[in-house]
Amino acid sequence: MKLITAIIKPFKLDDVREALSEIGVAGITATEVKGFGRQKGHTELYRGAEYVVDFLPKIKLEIAIDDDLQQSAIDAITQAANTGKIGDGKIFVSDLTQVIRIRTGESGAEAL
Amino acid sequence: MENTVIELAYALDTFYFLVMGAFVMWMAAGFAMLEAGLVRAKSTVEILTKNIALYSIASIMYMIMGYNIMYSGTDSSWWPFAVDILTNADNSAEDVIASGGDTYYSGLSDFFFQVVFVATAMSIVSGAVAERMKLWSFLLFAVVMCGFIYPVQGFWKWGGGFLDAAGFSDFAGSGVVHLCGATAALAGVILLGARKGRYTEDGRVVAMPGCNMPLATLGTFILWLGWFGFNGGSELMVSNVAEANAVSLVFVNTNAAAAGGVIAALITARLMFGKADLSMTLNGALAGLVSITAEPLAPTPVLATLIGAIGGIIVVFSIVTMDKLKLDDPVGAISVHGVCGVWGLIAVILSGGSSIGAQLYGTVVIFAWTFIVSLIFWSLIKMVIGLRVSEEDELTGVDLAECGMEAYPEFVSK
Repeated sequence: MKLITAIIKPFKLDDVREALSEIGVAGITATEVKGFGRQKGHTELYRGAEYVVDFLPKIKLEIAIDDDLQQSAIDAITQAANTGKIGDGKIFVSDLTQVIRIRTGESGAEAL
Repeated sequence: MENTVIELAYALDTFYFLVMGAFVMWMAAGFAMLEAGLVRAKSTVEILTKNIALYSIASIMYMIMGYNIMYSGTDSSWWPFAVDILTNADNSAEDVIASGGDTYYSGLSDFFFQVVFVATAMSIVSGAVAERMKLWSFLLFAVVMCGFIYPVQGFWKWGGGFLDAAGFSDFAGSGVVHLCGATAALAGVILLGARKGRYTEDGRVVAMPGCNMPLATLGTFILWLGWFGFNGGSELMVSNVAEANAVSLVFVNTNAAAAGGVIAALITARLMFGKADLSMTLNGALAGLVSITAEPLAPTPVLATLIGAIGGIIVVFSIVTMDKLKLDDPVGAISVHGVCGVWGLIAVILSGGSSIGAQLYGTVVIFAWTFIVSLIFWSLIKMVIGLRVSEEDELTGVDLAECGMEAYPEFVSK
């Protein structure tokens, strides 16, 4: 099992959710987060004075899936969240050692 | 029949005066919303507290002494002494009829119309000193400003003092109200200093974006509405064809000048900064309004638009210049009301209303009086109880430090 953590542009959330449902992903957790990457935020202007926005608003998605869905999930997110411009985000994949469904107590792939 | 007409005209003019005064009262709401929108979230409750408290202090102080100073009808043109106009009985029907229409509104309606103007002048100060001045120091100054500083220079012009005699022209108060308020604010800002972190040691200006642009926009629209009372009511009469036409022209010109100010500031900001800065555009509306306030009756609507537009350009440059001088004015009040107030006074000569000499004379006198006396009182307050909150309180926000509550408790803000 894998845990996919994706950082995407907020306005792409709906596209990504749709793309993931289409390939059979059963659940997504989304969090509003702030962060920066290689661009180190950006500057804005207010009344003629510049100010730096260090942390830009992003959406963090967490998706727990079976190993066989890994590549199609990555493809779905990459495609749906892509604008071709800087700040499109990143996808992190990590191993998931255990999953438990709280209501029934099922564990492992059963609980996904 | 003739007597009934005189009484009806009296009733109509009084009614007009009161409604216009109520419009001006509503400008207090405009200032409150504008300032609440242009400060940071952590200073919102305190600026709202200042706004409603200063309005009330203005109402009380002007009743106790301000009105008597300003309209005492004394023999001296320099020093007004208090005669209690408010305790005198209002005009009787016999007196009004006997005057043949020369007495055309209730004495108390005049007081009401004047008292809301004082509040406007004082509202200008609160925005400029926002986010760092102690609440009670500010309110103490409001007592002096509304009871003494404003009424004395008001007497010199509108009370029939020496500025009036010198031919100085100020229809609704570009000088008496706006320049006066902005000058008191300037004296305060100089003694108070900038918000912490606003200007860096290497000379950079750090932007401190306002927390709520919808509120700032609403506040500007409210002020725009209130200004019809401010300028329209200053015609003082509506009950015959000539006066009704004059009032209509004042309304049209006031609106035109505000529109000119908006478009000019919008384009100026876009050209200077590369973006259409909303806060500057809002200041442009007010700049246009202040610019036309000294003479909203004589110009044609096209000239009024131009006068407002020039105000809208001036205000953008003025705000940038103020920052270069490290005079921190979070809402741009000194530029809008002071710099554009002076422009408005000078613009009177464009429609042949006065001479440049008389206008400059009035400008200098109002500025000098208000600046010097304000500086003295601000300094006294600074010595006795201090003007500025502690550094820690400023960082936490004056809302929690002075009022013990937040405006948006569920938001995370810095």
